[in-house]
Amino acid sequence: MSKVLMKGNEAMALAAIKAGCEAFYGYPITPQNELPEYLSKHMPLYNRVFVQAESEIAAINMVYGAAGAGARVLTSSSSPGIALKQEGISYMAGSELPGVIINVMRGGPGLGGIQPSQADYKQITRGGGNGDYYLYSLAPETLQEAVDLIKESFDIADYFRNPVMIAVDGLIGQMMEPVDLDREVPKWDLKPKTWIADGNTKNRKKNVINSLYLDPQDLEDHNMKLKEKYDEMRANHQRYEFINMENAEIVIIAYGSVSRIARSAIEILSEKGIKCGILRPITIFPYPKKAFSKLPLTVKNLLVVEMSTGQMLDDVIISNERGLPISFFGRVGGIVPEVEEIVEKVLEIVGGEKHE
Amino acid sequence: MNNVEIVYKKSEGLTDKYLSYCPGCTHGIIHKLVAETLVELDLIDRTVGISSVGCSVLNYDFFTCDMQQAAHGRAPAVATGIKRVRPNSIVFTYQGDGDLASIGIAEAIHAAHRGENITIVFVNNAIYGMTGGQMAPTTLIGQKTTTSPNGRDAKTQGLPLKIAEMMATIPGATYIERVSVHNPSHVRKAKKALIKAFSIQMENKGFTLIEFISTCPVNWGMTPKDAVDWAVDNMIPYYPLGVYKDKTAGEEK
Repeated sequence: MSKVLMKGNEAMALAAIKAGCEAFYGYPITPQNELPEYLSKHMPLYNRVFVQAESEIAAINMVYGAAGAGARVLTSSSSPGIALKQEGISYMAGSELPGVIINVMRGGPGLGGIQPSQADYKQITRGGGNGDYYLYSLAPETLQEAVDLIKESFDIADYFRNPVMIAVDGLIGQMMEPVDLDREVPKWDLKPKTWIADGNTKNRKKNVINSLYLDPQDLEDHNMKLKEKYDEMRANHQRYEFINMENAEIVIIAYGSVSRIARSAIEILSEKGIKCGILRPITIFPYPKKAFSKLPLTVKNLLVVEMSTGQMLDDVIISNERGLPISFFGRVGGIVPEVEEIVEKVLEIVGGEKHE
Repeated sequence: MNNVEIVYKKSEGLTDKYLSYCPGCTHGIIHKLVAETLVELDLIDRTVGISSVGCSVLNYDFFTCDMQQAAHGRAPAVATGIKRVRPNSIVFTYQGDGDLASIGIAEAIHAAHRGENITIVFVNNAIYGMTGGQMAPTTLIGQKTTTSPNGRDAKTQGLPLKIAEMMATIPGATYIERVSVHNPSHVRKAKKALIKAFSIQMENKGFTLIEFISTCPVNWGMTPKDAVDWAVDNMIPYYPLGVYKDKTAGEEK
């Protein structure tokens, strides 16, 4: 199919419709407003549900309800709003309900700012709400990748019966790019939803959607069952990309918009005789630990670049099996790292330009 | 002597699970009325109930219909989520006064405001029962609780919130009534109110809320009989019974 030029938030909204999303519940917050605005116009055209809730808390609890009734359901927000949704997200994980949450990240803490950020990395990758749970979390770097991953994410959520978080920064939400909405994405092998509580018990026993287990043994068993899902995600569903990795002496580790900036940086570095690769995590939970054992032996240094003060940095430290020296460069507050800044940082680490 | 006629039995809308409520508490009566209403209107096999946080949190085990347990106060939002995607299902929430009148007041107001076609069963016993008897928005002036040990003082703790009156002011609400279950005649009236509310939902006529004046003998520190008397003497004068809003009034019966 042909590509269309679309704004990020609108393309992500249309991707959800293409994925068969039956309902959207949300609350306005910058910089993701075009997403619910688009859906408020287009969901009714497909005879699907759009509700502007009274708060993010209400919105995620509507998502929890609709998911319990068996619907494919979406919400979106930005950092402070995602913080408010944690209650419902924890209930969804605890009750094993699928659903997709798009987080168009902005700077924090508190009200922070409205410019792009990756400051919610830890909240996203450590569960975020109360209890022992995780979200399968995808961090696309382009609009095309965002669209493809959102289309697939509803299947992933259904497969694991667990919420999926799409973690993008404000840049991806706000920028315009050509995008093909009809590209094939992987289809997951899904079982019928026999567990739903939609009220229709004419031909089946009643179902209960619940996360309460008052008996500690029952709750431990439930937690261990949830852990099996997260272990399966870690074992079989890590995603990452190696860029320019052959014979690399230094590797930049960056995700989302930052990895695109890093792509420009490595071209300049190449002209200066520096072999710099990129490890781009696509899943940030599960973290692509496996990538670290596949780094070429030529790699002598790692540089983590983020729009945070060093949140993914901790995961790199955990994953750094070879004990390579790790450097960090981050910009925060809505400031996006410049290509030149990254180039300079790499030159500083490798000891300047190389003239062969 | 084979002419045995069953004149009364437990509703088919209730399971055989042992109720978790304290002796003398009126939750049991209210559960019975909700179950009987759903069975008599032939709705039980197309209904989803929402259990809220509080004494009634375990009632997902007590009703025979599908149930979903909601976070504290969020039942009307959960109900909205379900009803919007499954509009042919009957959806009700069952919420106490801590759940609905305090932490969940926004969700209750906005479900009414949007005119969601759901039914809220609101049980007001003027106290937080499950957590051990703390002050609720509905606790009466002078009433002693574990967090108002000297009695509720209007100066620092405000006046008790009148939910039925307040919800009746919301333009989107269709039917609001306050009932009590302190004697058989009022139990019958309360059931009528539930039949009215669920009938309105069946006919897609919008948001309904029935407030039940209830008791909490354990946390009030009274015998069940004294608790009922206290509710009649103190709660009903402050929370008068009756229909507070009926958009269907005047329609053909």
